Amino acid sequence: MNAAILTHQTFREDRPAVAANRATVTTPPEVVDLPPPVRRHTPLVERYGADIAEVCRKVIPVVLGLALFIAIWAIVSQNSTLPGPVKTWHSAVAVFSDPFYQKGPNDQGIGWNVLNSLKRVAIGFGMAALIGIPLGFMIGRFAFLSGMTAPIISLLRPVSPLAWLPIGLLVFKAANPAAIWVIFISSIWPMIINTAAGVREVPQDYLNVAKVLNLSEWKVFTKILFPAVLPFTLTGIRLSIGVAWLVIVAAEMLTGGVGIGFWVWDEWNNLNVEHIIIAIFTVGIVGLMLEQALMLLARRFEYR
Amino acid sequence: MDKFVSIEKVSMVFNTRQGAFTALQDIDLTIAEGEFVTLIGHSGCGKSTLLNLVAGLLKPASGVQICAGREISGPGPDRGVVFQNHSLLPWLTCFENVHLAVERVFGAVETKAQLKARTLKALDLVQLSRSAHQRPNEISGGMKQRVGIARALSMEPKVLLLDEPFGALDALTRAHLQDELMKIVVKTRSTVLMVTHDVDEAVLLSDRIVMMTNGPAATVGGIVDVKLPRPRERLALVNDTRYHHLRGRVLEFLYQKQLRPAA
Repeated sequence: MNAAILTHQTFREDRPAVAANRATVTTPPEVVDLPPPVRRHTPLVERYGADIAEVCRKVIPVVLGLALFIAIWAIVSQNSTLPGPVKTWHSAVAVFSDPFYQKGPNDQGIGWNVLNSLKRVAIGFGMAALIGIPLGFMIGRFAFLSGMTAPIISLLRPVSPLAWLPIGLLVFKAANPAAIWVIFISSIWPMIINTAAGVREVPQDYLNVAKVLNLSEWKVFTKILFPAVLPFTLTGIRLSIGVAWLVIVAAEMLTGGVGIGFWVWDEWNNLNVEHIIIAIFTVGIVGLMLEQALMLLARRFEYR
Repeated sequence: MDKFVSIEKVSMVFNTRQGAFTALQDIDLTIAEGEFVTLIGHSGCGKSTLLNLVAGLLKPASGVQICAGREISGPGPDRGVVFQNHSLLPWLTCFENVHLAVERVFGAVETKAQLKARTLKALDLVQLSRSAHQRPNEISGGMKQRVGIARALSMEPKVLLLDEPFGALDALTRAHLQDELMKIVVKTRSTVLMVTHDVDEAVLLSDRIVMMTNGPAATVGGIVDVKLPRPRERLALVNDTRYHHLRGRVLEFLYQKQLRPAA
């Protein structure tokens, strides 16, 4: 700060002297033609070297982080009943070598468990999208409807998803639809809220275009509202699927049946802790993949 | 004088939290067919508000507005609007952006091939046929603004309304587009109402310059007739005494009569 001020001052004091010098010696020509710049080719090694360094900068922290995590896990497991990384790894190899076996309703491969959980999420989440997205559009478009639904949404949204399970069991009289109902009710809110916010935030310029061109309601929806809101809706979908995948494990622990959540509970009853850890990683990886898939989809619809 | 567009005793009042705010008061203005009129004034004086009133995006608090013998009661395809920030839909190509307007106006009476030809003709008019299948974020600011002009012209409007169309462009691009606009207006014989805050732009393009007083309750403070012969050449006007006289009159109005104390 101080240095900058100092140099600035000295520069200022110098200036009149320089100007005087110039005036007395020679007046420089008004326009000077500069020689064309010489283009230098960067050698290939230099260019790819930079790329490799960049990759290393990104990969090294990830590898170090994972190594540290496994190290801490190994240390902790030495002094407790928690199975260590090596033991878990061997167990995981066994589990994943036959993921689709079926030995009765309560003993199926991890592949079946994951697929059953995904199926419940898909049904509950799909119904939530089918109802939540159009509802969000209407709430965003009509202030009256927004006023009507706002208190209900604010009241119900913070409720823990599992609190809805008894209602589901009561109404549907079966465990599986109740689990789907919990997914539905917990994943509908982000879609409603984000879609409604998106509709409200459609730039006024676009709506002015619609007015000036006198577009029909259908054209306004298909050409302006829908594309403008899509990124918001996709954010809602991404949040929803995260919530849905979080909730399914808990819901299945309570309802039973085939599913990754039930599997966790079942293995706890069997005191097979390695399998619980495998389940935790599996849930994490599947959740990550769902999230990434939706991120990729969302990136396709970004217009900026 | 031919009253193609006429604005009579128009006032505009906005309801704000501090109460009613009179933006425009008793505006009287007529535009002849084929005339190029610019609105000039300090920022915030309500010139864009006046343009939005003519466009039908706003409704006046009082007064009558007539365009080509019909009262203005809302937006309509007889008035093509070009917005300052181009307002192209980013998910549509340039062709689709223009086609949206063409389809709306001529879709009921023309075949698909005719609609397509109209769209291409409009893009050709602004020399953007080659960018027809690019999206707005793939072309420059000047090109976007030209697509905006093509979209407005494609509807064959009776009046072209331009809201500071070149305000966001750099000086060189702006000069280039001004020259193009002059050619397009000659070719299409458009009636134009344009908002600007650029004195040179106003003198170069207009037949008449409508100078607005500062708000609140802004109104028409004076009108300068620009009787420079057409076609006008930017470079030739640099040494034209009439040009400098006209420019001086507008500047005098803006910086002596209407200078705001703390702008």
